[in-house]
Amino acid sequence: MTVTGGNVVSEDLAPDQSLLVDRRKLGDPVFKGFSVGSGMLILVILAAVAAFLIVQAVPAFVADAADLPYGNTWGYVAPFLFGTIWSSFLALLMAVPVAIGIALYISHFAPKQLASPVAFVVDLLAAVPSVVFGLWGINVLAPALVPIYQWLGANLGWIPLFGGNVSGTGRTMLTAAIVLAIMILPIITSLSREVFLRTPGLQEEASFALGATRWEMIGQVVLPFGRSGVVSAAMLGLGRALGETMAVAMVLSGGRNITFQLLTSNNPNTIASNIALAFPEADSHAVPQLIATGLVLFVITFVVNMAGRAITSGHGFRLAHKRAHKEG
Amino acid sequence: MTADAQPDAPLGDQYMPRMSLTAGQLPKFTDLGLLVISIAVAAALLALFGSFNLVGAILLGGPLFLVGIYALAFSVEGRRRAVNRVARYVIIGAFVLALVPLVSLLWEVISKGLPRFDWQFFTETKRNVVGEGGGAAHAIMGTLVVTGLATVFSVPVGLFTAIYLVEYGKGGPKKVITFLVDVMTGIPSIVAGLFAYALFSAVIGPSKSGLAGAVALTVLMVPYVVRNSEEIIRLVPNSLREASYALGVTRWRTIVKVVLPTSISGIVSGVILAIARIIGETAPLLVTMGFTDSMNTNALPAGGMNPMTALPVFVYYEYTRPGRPQQAYFDRAWTGALVLVLIVMILNVIGRYVAKRFAPKINR
Repeated sequence: MTVTGGNVVSEDLAPDQSLLVDRRKLGDPVFKGFSVGSGMLILVILAAVAAFLIVQAVPAFVADAADLPYGNTWGYVAPFLFGTIWSSFLALLMAVPVAIGIALYISHFAPKQLASPVAFVVDLLAAVPSVVFGLWGINVLAPALVPIYQWLGANLGWIPLFGGNVSGTGRTMLTAAIVLAIMILPIITSLSREVFLRTPGLQEEASFALGATRWEMIGQVVLPFGRSGVVSAAMLGLGRALGETMAVAMVLSGGRNITFQLLTSNNPNTIASNIALAFPEADSHAVPQLIATGLVLFVITFVVNMAGRAITSGHGFRLAHKRAHKEG
Repeated sequence: MTADAQPDAPLGDQYMPRMSLTAGQLPKFTDLGLLVISIAVAAALLALFGSFNLVGAILLGGPLFLVGIYALAFSVEGRRRAVNRVARYVIIGAFVLALVPLVSLLWEVISKGLPRFDWQFFTETKRNVVGEGGGAAHAIMGTLVVTGLATVFSVPVGLFTAIYLVEYGKGGPKKVITFLVDVMTGIPSIVAGLFAYALFSAVIGPSKSGLAGAVALTVLMVPYVVRNSEEIIRLVPNSLREASYALGVTRWRTIVKVVLPTSISGIVSGVILAIARIIGETAPLLVTMGFTDSMNTNALPAGGMNPMTALPVFVYYEYTRPGRPQQAYFDRAWTGALVLVLIVMILNVIGRYVAKRFAPKINR
């Protein structure tokens, strides 16, 4: 604000105090100390998150199963672990193709004036709180899907995925996965879009010049270029889906039944959703076990996110490598 | 523009180039016309089976249109262009598909939230309210208190970390901090809640309080503030810093007087967007803050249990544990959801406006 103009000089240099040597000497180390300290604080916070979760969860892992309210902790968490991975996998399966489509639309199909409003609309989806998604899922989406589920169950029931008793409420694994897919759509879209936009223009033009149609150009240039970026975006989306709590807690009629069936009302719950449902009523014996399941979730999301980041940075490395190669 | 205008025109005729360009191409309005026809046919088919509805007609008409346009383009333009056309409409279809839930969600939230979107909802609490009436003043207040505290905690930490990453950090430590911020971004919100709960139980025993909720939200908010601020501070041109150093200004005064004022609009906008991100968080508050029907503005865990309600938690409990008549509780839940969506949208708009309106003109 007062970067330019004479008033900075007169304001800062005229009063002698601001030029006093001791103040100049003190200011820099203090300010640097705050900056470095904040960086360290990040480390401390993360260490604390891991440490407190581990400390609170230890009793759940070492105690005799008979003394624990939910029995053996690994046995307790297994169905939820399955539910978490299964629902997130399904969500990813649905979200990735749509996200790639939208990202391509924004980067290579939409008219210039339309591209940023379209991106904004997709970002709006990311802004909706998860509890609102839950409310919408249980009230609007689930009932709307019931007729489709009944049709699937009646006509395609021989496929194991669609087997079992079709839920009358629509609060099934498939509904939960659809809601999750909608929720992770924006992040996958925006990351993919950015990679697609970075496609070298010369390569695109070269492809066009060889007579490729737009779609052929995308297949030859844009998708190969953006592949690792899309994979890493999908991994980050997966991380989101794994940890999503409220929408699943409200939409899914979950229990401890390990099954691949999509349309029944007897589904495996997810770890996060189970914590949200059980925690408010949990007593002091149950809390450590719930925290232990939270620790499992933390480890999984950590691994998935790291895998995503590793792919991105590997991608950046390869690009830099290629460029250096070309220039060298 | 029809292909049979002058099929046997002699070479050198001035119409020849135009004709050869349009020959073997579908006329301009084929796509739109075919789309309308496909949806109409789908609607007619559905009506024939006695189950007409608009959504079904569009869902059935879409694939019909794709098949139709492929066949038509294949016969006139050849396989490659036909594939290109279909790919284009599949991609546009993906965008339309994403619009469906957004529009439906906004419509439901607005139409179901409006009945109780009244003065009472914002001025009264739910204390001693059974059935109809009452409001969410306590929940809105709780959200303001907790989000405010989380902002107060995370902005200094996040901003200074960003300053460290851009201005001071180098080599290994910088990489480590960047990595840790990435890790922090990926922490599931419920895990942040469990951490805050575990922290407070370790220090003062099992407790529920607004402060614990604020700590949980801080864990979630710090990485957003770091990311957003870092990006903006990095944009400040080095020439500004060097000009300042050349005048003999110390490093920290350069940061405070040159770097931060130049990037302030981006930082403010980043903080607002970070608030918008966490203000709708439910799970961590469910775990850490408990639930009450009364107004409580004291976030300290006085005497262990000092529950406070935030708006998202209010929405969750109104919907999942209704009393009688149920509708009164559902109405309050939807209005709460509407207020939440409004808050988030307004914050998003303000954030983007601030970034645009007060952006410094760096490229002078």
